[in-house]
Amino acid sequence: MTPLVSIENVDMRYGGAAGTLAVSNLNLKVAKGEFAAVVGPSGCGKSTLMKLVTGLQIPQAGDVIVAEKQVTKPVSIVGMAFQNPTMLPWRTTLENILLPLEIVEKHRHRLRANKKQYVAKAEKLLEIVGLGGFGGKFPWQLSGGMQQRANLCRALIHEPELLMLDEPFGALDAFTREELWCVIRDLHAAQGVTIILVTHDLREAVFLADRIFVMSARPGRVIRDREVPFARPRELEIMYEKGFNDMVQALHGEIAKARVAA
Amino acid sequence: MTEIVKLSPSAKPLMQRIDWVKAAPFVYTIALFLAWELLVLALAMPQTVLPAPTRVFQAVVQYWSPIWKNSLQTLYTTTLGFIIAVVAGLAIGLFIGWSKTIYAGLYPLMVGFNAIPKVALVPILVIWFGIGTVPAVLTAFLISFFPIVVNVATGLATIEPETEDVLRALGARKMDIMLKVGIPRSMPYFFGSLKIAITLAFVGSVVSETVASNYGLGNMMSSAQSQFNVPLVFAGLLMLAVEGIAMYALMAWVEKRMTGWAHRSTMAN
Repeated sequence: MTPLVSIENVDMRYGGAAGTLAVSNLNLKVAKGEFAAVVGPSGCGKSTLMKLVTGLQIPQAGDVIVAEKQVTKPVSIVGMAFQNPTMLPWRTTLENILLPLEIVEKHRHRLRANKKQYVAKAEKLLEIVGLGGFGGKFPWQLSGGMQQRANLCRALIHEPELLMLDEPFGALDAFTREELWCVIRDLHAAQGVTIILVTHDLREAVFLADRIFVMSARPGRVIRDREVPFARPRELEIMYEKGFNDMVQALHGEIAKARVAA
Repeated sequence: MTEIVKLSPSAKPLMQRIDWVKAAPFVYTIALFLAWELLVLALAMPQTVLPAPTRVFQAVVQYWSPIWKNSLQTLYTTTLGFIIAVVAGLAIGLFIGWSKTIYAGLYPLMVGFNAIPKVALVPILVIWFGIGTVPAVLTAFLISFFPIVVNVATGLATIEPETEDVLRALGARKMDIMLKVGIPRSMPYFFGSLKIAITLAFVGSVVSETVASNYGLGNMMSSAQSQFNVPLVFAGLLMLAVEGIAMYALMAWVEKRMTGWAHRSTMAN
């Protein structure tokens, strides 16, 4: 089966020929329906990876192929969520979630006529992430964790084939973070969406992902591609098992080595 | 139990029942006039130098007909110039904020233009349009549109990159991002700038009326000054202050009505 996302020998340099090389000789493949995590020292080009896959940046060398098409412009089959929830404060939570539908070519012309269906869909998503009944609230009336849940809904409303998450839980407290891990885990199981998660949190990566890519310091490339062997569905208790901790520790060592090499 | 009843709010002494924060603007204004009155009395100021507030209020009553007419004229020129400034400022602000190149190219020009004292432009406007209402309206416009432009452009230029990324990844065009994010986002800046702009518009219209008009408070005050009718000059100033406060309050109210979401701390509860 051809992978949904395939990055081959990609070089990406910012700011002209003399600029910084963000990633170099990057290779990475993510299969359809897979949950991939990308970890690495800070400044290893994880955000660049996000921009390459979504088509916000076009690499100088190499190929980025998403859904069997070479990426030359933004691909609209993705949903994105960042650490900063970036909800628009003048829209209610529900209106914020519907925003992608006003943009994506496939939906924008149908939105007005089928408003009811779309609103029902948004409310169902809110229900799934545990925000049922909060659609009418403004984002600044929600807590940080609730905003991040709404942010996930917005990323999923147009039924993307690929979900890109850039440290979405970085700013949350430990308990809220664990709750949202379970939300993401269940979404992935229920919707069959492919997810690429960029994170600093190794436990998060091991708990959620099927496959973990370890990146080197700048210029970034993949130095290790690990499969996560634990069976699904995974419960939070798995984090206290030996195999889990051994894997986290091994990853920790690899990243520490990558930092020193820089 | 009876003692508790005695302490209910209505039984409090008068001084405690007054909401001093709400009363403060009036108390302070009265205090200012009182201090002014006492100062004039204590120094035995002649009214051709500094008339006492009672004398100024007397002048307001005495010359009510010309004061009223000229106040309306000034209000008219100021408001008209201000409205043109709002429309033009919004349009130019959106244009400048649209792209980094336009922003970089036009910004120094705007700053240079803003540095010119607008009173220096009045003679040119008189050559073009003659004396009267038109130069006053245009001066009010020229002086007040700059803060609107800068604020709208700033609102557009400071869109969070993440928001832009999320939308661009969905295939949003520049126009989509402007309509969905940029323009609503710049509205608090825009409405905030109206308060500054309306105050400046008064400066512009009065300056122009003083130099080159036969109507308006500026003209009335300069002719009163040439007749040493100092109480009337102060009466004109008083009317300007009243008009300025009224328009400022109106703009503050509009701002609050239109962009309540930007004052989230007051709406959170």
